[in-house]
Amino acid sequence: MSYMQTVNKTKKQPSRFKSVGLFIILSVLIIALSVISLSLGDINIPPLDIITSFIGIGDPDLTSILVEFRLPRILLAILTGVGLAVSGVVVQSIMRNPLASPDTLGLSSGSGLAAVAVTILLPLASPSVLSAAAFAGGSLVFVIVYLLAYKKGVEPIRFALIGVAVSAFCSSGIHLLISKANPNVNAALIWLSGSLWGRTWDQLIGLLPWVVILVPLIWLLAARLDLIHLGDEVARGLGARVELIRLVLLASAVAMTAAVVSVVGTIGFVGLIIPHVAKRLVGPRHKKLIPIAALLGALFVLGADLIGRGIAPPIEIPAGLIIGIIGAPYFLYLLWRESKK
Amino acid sequence: MKAVHGLSKRNKSPLRIIAIFLAVIILLLISMFLSISIGSIHISFGTIKQAILNFDGSKEQSIIQSVRLPRLLVTTFVGANLAVAGALMQALTRNPLASPGIFGINAGASAAMVFLTVLVPSVSMIGGVFGAFLGGAFAAVIVYVMSSLIKGGDSDVKLALTGVAIQGMLMSLTQTLLIFNESKTEGVMFWLTGSVIGRDWGHVHVLVPFSIAGLLIAFGLGRASSLLSLGDDVARGLGQRVFAIRAFTAVVVIVLAGVSVAIAGPIGFVGLVVPHMVRYLIGVDYRVVLPMSALLGASLLLLADVLSRFITYPYETPVGAVTALLGTPYFIYLARRKKTERKA
Repeated sequence: MSYMQTVNKTKKQPSRFKSVGLFIILSVLIIALSVISLSLGDINIPPLDIITSFIGIGDPDLTSILVEFRLPRILLAILTGVGLAVSGVVVQSIMRNPLASPDTLGLSSGSGLAAVAVTILLPLASPSVLSAAAFAGGSLVFVIVYLLAYKKGVEPIRFALIGVAVSAFCSSGIHLLISKANPNVNAALIWLSGSLWGRTWDQLIGLLPWVVILVPLIWLLAARLDLIHLGDEVARGLGARVELIRLVLLASAVAMTAAVVSVVGTIGFVGLIIPHVAKRLVGPRHKKLIPIAALLGALFVLGADLIGRGIAPPIEIPAGLIIGIIGAPYFLYLLWRESKK
Repeated sequence: MKAVHGLSKRNKSPLRIIAIFLAVIILLLISMFLSISIGSIHISFGTIKQAILNFDGSKEQSIIQSVRLPRLLVTTFVGANLAVAGALMQALTRNPLASPGIFGINAGASAAMVFLTVLVPSVSMIGGVFGAFLGGAFAAVIVYVMSSLIKGGDSDVKLALTGVAIQGMLMSLTQTLLIFNESKTEGVMFWLTGSVIGRDWGHVHVLVPFSIAGLLIAFGLGRASSLLSLGDDVARGLGQRVFAIRAFTAVVVIVLAGVSVAIAGPIGFVGLVVPHMVRYLIGVDYRVVLPMSALLGASLLLLADVLSRFITYPYETPVGAVTALLGTPYFIYLARRKKTERKA
């Protein structure tokens, strides 16, 4: 429905030159933000010292602060943004629902609930068990939301409403589990709103393979995503094995969301908003859309983390909260625009 | 939808209404008894009777007097307030998904309360209540205006989704504010889920006057609400001053919900679910729906509170988490059912 109109509306395809230029600009911005983020903190480290540290001739104390504490956090922000934004692109295209995203479908909160349950009930579980549980939880909640929303087809707005309600249900569950096991409020806030605080290389390495393997895989399937996005009949007519590709893509999106959530908690809105911004910049073709969305997602999370650290140091505001404050108005704007079609 | 607007649905017979009223009053009395009696120390019926008839200051009796009774009163009035506020909103907006929670009033009032405690730590409880009124009113106006900007489609669902988004933003803001005042964070996190634990007579003295005034005025709006729930044109045709009534009802809703949030935090789903149950039981005449919602809302919140003492025994669970877990499935049922009816 409205999605087809979106496709038709963006008649003039931006030139290849433009999207390559955009890719470069975004990459430069990410690097610039990373450098700012590396240099700010309890101890401010000037950019020159960062360079000398990384080529191994800097002050060893500064180097260890940079490498052990600040670098993993920045890389984690980038991976989180990439993972959530690309998952968002995939679910929006597959479901042909502009309001779909890892959080409105309940993927994030389902993964979060499962991850919290495992953390609390089996404190000794290995990270891979945690990721597996998060994946199972996210998939299960997605299936439940889909079944509840399905009735002779799935209407986008109702789907989002039911997804949000189920997410709220899972959040209550997270609240309950945390209040029972661990009256530590910061832990609760991190799981409920998402934070990059105090993460280490171990957690980063747990997340890395998922993003590094799945994002290129999804990108390779970009042409198929274009077809599916046009409608099942068109895609089938052109010889695509719709059900199989859909399943592979959806599983990749769920896996990536689950991996992100099991490390940083339930960060919302990135997967919902970024695909729309990317689409406005480079149009609906997935070959361009996916890389641009990935970079925008990284930039968004990196920026939110930086704002959260910079507003009132030494107090840190979790990135998830900053994203929520920016994201909710944009979500309303999307609803409003969707309704005008 | 039919069940809400109910033109086609006959009201139930007076005899049935009286019978159901009696049944709900008995339910309320049982819930009150359970609320006093069950807890870390079990208190028997005999002791409760003794405490009422001649108070002798024994340990159990002073538990009743200083802990259980104020908690009972807070729970009763908060349940009644939220249910009546929900019923008024559903009549006013003709939207079965409306409730103080969905409309953002609870979240707005909470944000205002947290804002006050962080900026003006010395604020009095009454000051907090008025802050909650302002915050609730502000959020409700934003949700209403935003959702009316979104044209076309299913207005009920759009209102709900707008409310959810605004709630999400307010919750993020509230939690951000909390981080600036970590010394109070633990208590406030509990309060933010909606809780009646540890409420004392000070809370009762603030809650009860607002509640009684609000509830009595709300009951007086019964006839007007019934007419409004038929649609603006019908109501106007029958001589109602639609705009004035709406504005007045909105104020009553904000007082009822605001004072409840100020005392017990944002307890969700009572305002959504109870009016539906009441209309199912006794039809759509708001002259009886409103008082009945008060009784049933009080009973259900008391029961949820009793349940909350068991879930993570010996710790207590915030009652708001219990109502959310019980209420979400019902909300989903409502969102689904509407679609079937429209298609049919």
